[in-house]
Amino acid sequence: MNLHEYQSKMRFAKFGIPVPMGRVATTPQEAYEIARELGGTVVVKAQVLVGGRGKAGGVKLAHSPEEAEQIANQILGMEIKGLIVRRVLIDPAANIAGEIYLGVTNDRAAGKPVIMASSEGGVEIEQVAREKPEAIVREHIDPFLGLRDYQARNLASGINLPREHWKAFSRIATALYNCYTASDATLAEINPLVITAEGQLIALDGKMVIDDNALFRQPELAEMRDVEAEAKETIQARAAGLSYVKLDGQIGCMVNGAGLAMTTMDMTKLYGGDDVGPANFLDIGGGAQADKVATALRIILSDPNVKSVLFNIFGGITRCDEVARGILQALSEVPTTVPMVIRLNGTNAKEGREIIENARIPNLHSAETLTEAAQKAVAAAKGAL
Amino acid sequence: MAILVDKNTRLLVQGITGREGSFHSEQMIAYGTNIVGGVTPGKGGEWILGKPVFDTVKSAVEATEANATIIYVNAAFAADALFEAIDAEIPLIVCITEGIPVQDMMKVYAYLQHSKSRLIGPNCPGLLTPNQAKVGIMPGYIAKPGNVGVVSKSGTLTYEVVYALTQAGLGQSTCIGIGGDPIIGTSFVDVLQMFEEDPETEKVVLIGEIGGRAEIEAAEYIRKHMTKPVAGFIAGRSAPEGTRMGHAGAIVEGGEGTAAEKIEALRAAGVRIADNPEQIPDLLR
Repeated sequence: MNLHEYQSKMRFAKFGIPVPMGRVATTPQEAYEIARELGGTVVVKAQVLVGGRGKAGGVKLAHSPEEAEQIANQILGMEIKGLIVRRVLIDPAANIAGEIYLGVTNDRAAGKPVIMASSEGGVEIEQVAREKPEAIVREHIDPFLGLRDYQARNLASGINLPREHWKAFSRIATALYNCYTASDATLAEINPLVITAEGQLIALDGKMVIDDNALFRQPELAEMRDVEAEAKETIQARAAGLSYVKLDGQIGCMVNGAGLAMTTMDMTKLYGGDDVGPANFLDIGGGAQADKVATALRIILSDPNVKSVLFNIFGGITRCDEVARGILQALSEVPTTVPMVIRLNGTNAKEGREIIENARIPNLHSAETLTEAAQKAVAAAKGAL
Repeated sequence: MAILVDKNTRLLVQGITGREGSFHSEQMIAYGTNIVGGVTPGKGGEWILGKPVFDTVKSAVEATEANATIIYVNAAFAADALFEAIDAEIPLIVCITEGIPVQDMMKVYAYLQHSKSRLIGPNCPGLLTPNQAKVGIMPGYIAKPGNVGVVSKSGTLTYEVVYALTQAGLGQSTCIGIGGDPIIGTSFVDVLQMFEEDPETEKVVLIGEIGGRAEIEAAEYIRKHMTKPVAGFIAGRSAPEGTRMGHAGAIVEGGEGTAAEKIEALRAAGVRIADNPEQIPDLLR
């Protein structure tokens, strides 16, 4: 789960990282008020969960409350990479003397956290990694030891930070690591961490990604999810415990297991060519119950692009008879003429197939192999089955 | 021979009285796996499926001489179950649980480095050595004994491939699901090395997916050290960047971890890559 910049910075502040004293506005009038209270020059920043806000015109300086109001009026409601801007952050403008990068993330290969610093602040770390890898300094962290002071000093000296800033930098690095662990984050990033003309270090922009699997023990962070930025289907799927990603093809896919779900998508694309492909990723998960499958089917069919549905169930944890009953229950609740191809295999597959066949539903087609199932679903999507 | 599990496996089940734990224990026993007992805190002294239940892993190991354990414990408590198994010095720990917080797994991973245990998973279907032991949730009847080693990040996709192999008359030495989480106990490289050294394994199937660099590292290992032929499949060619595809680890980030780069690296290492998992048996012939 991604946090907005203003949410990330609020979180940073809680752990003692200096951040600008700005606030969030949802209307131009609020932007005016905040800018007036702050006084001086402010920066108006669109709060959307995508990168590249600046290039899209979502970040602008305002020299008066009137100008802040006018700019907020332009930015609020603006669309950036498909997302509508509903909030702007009004921050006091900083007197920037230098910019650095500081971030903590999980290093998958090492199996431990890594803290990274770079002298190239304000540039995306992936871009620095590609173009100027020597500018990035990394320290792996033992989760039982936490970030040690010497490691923070290694980073500071590694990016040639002037010595007078080491102490402040070390405090911020420690706070960022604490914030990352306490928040169950997979990423906590300050970019840029600014050195002001007055010699202060301040987190001008921030980003946090929270581990979805840890939200059960992070109720305060779970509350911060921006549901306005999500599709209705995504919210429904999450509530039902389904893993769902909407795509732009025509074949609705309902599969158990993420790897097989991806493979099923790949097969519809392989046999569908340029014209036909997957409408979604959907994993009904292990131990799927009939009502879960019914919800999954409703979500798939709510997409108007869907021309056929492919069920691909290989039973391990999930028992195929449960799935078959779920499909029939869903069909009785959501009558549809959309052609469906069903493939069941694995635990209780025979019972599952019998349940489906005994129902005698005209738009249900069965398949034995994945290849056959994908080809039939493609044919059905093209109106040729 | 096979690898990791066989007829000498003495298996403990952590979470044996739970819904999934008891269902799959029954399946494992039916397959012929030697389950020697189970652990459910607070239920020590009870019996389930004819097996004794213990309160702690330590007491279970003392009483049963278990040499492997399988964990079907809810994600919120799984890290504790893992630490308990590591502290009991069980050589092989298999964790089926999906959804363990990554920060928990980083601690488990660090703890494992100085332990006597090997962890398979989490978020995995476990292992199967046909006709000897089924440790996990793979449907047993899809496999048959033979000389193909199968290693995969996925669950059901593994069954797909194993089933296709069996249909084609190609039996398996051992089938292993290493798990779809970003941090797992045993990597592709670890398993490839075991298959390379196992006299019963003659060919290997590797099933990967988008996200991370494990397949790239596997390609490197295969190029340098593998003498046995390897066929493979990588899931997620049609997956968009920046979106997590079900598995916590299945995400292309910053242009890295794509199916295309993994396929390229594996092909360059001499691995035969299938477009469709059902083609794998043909690629092994």
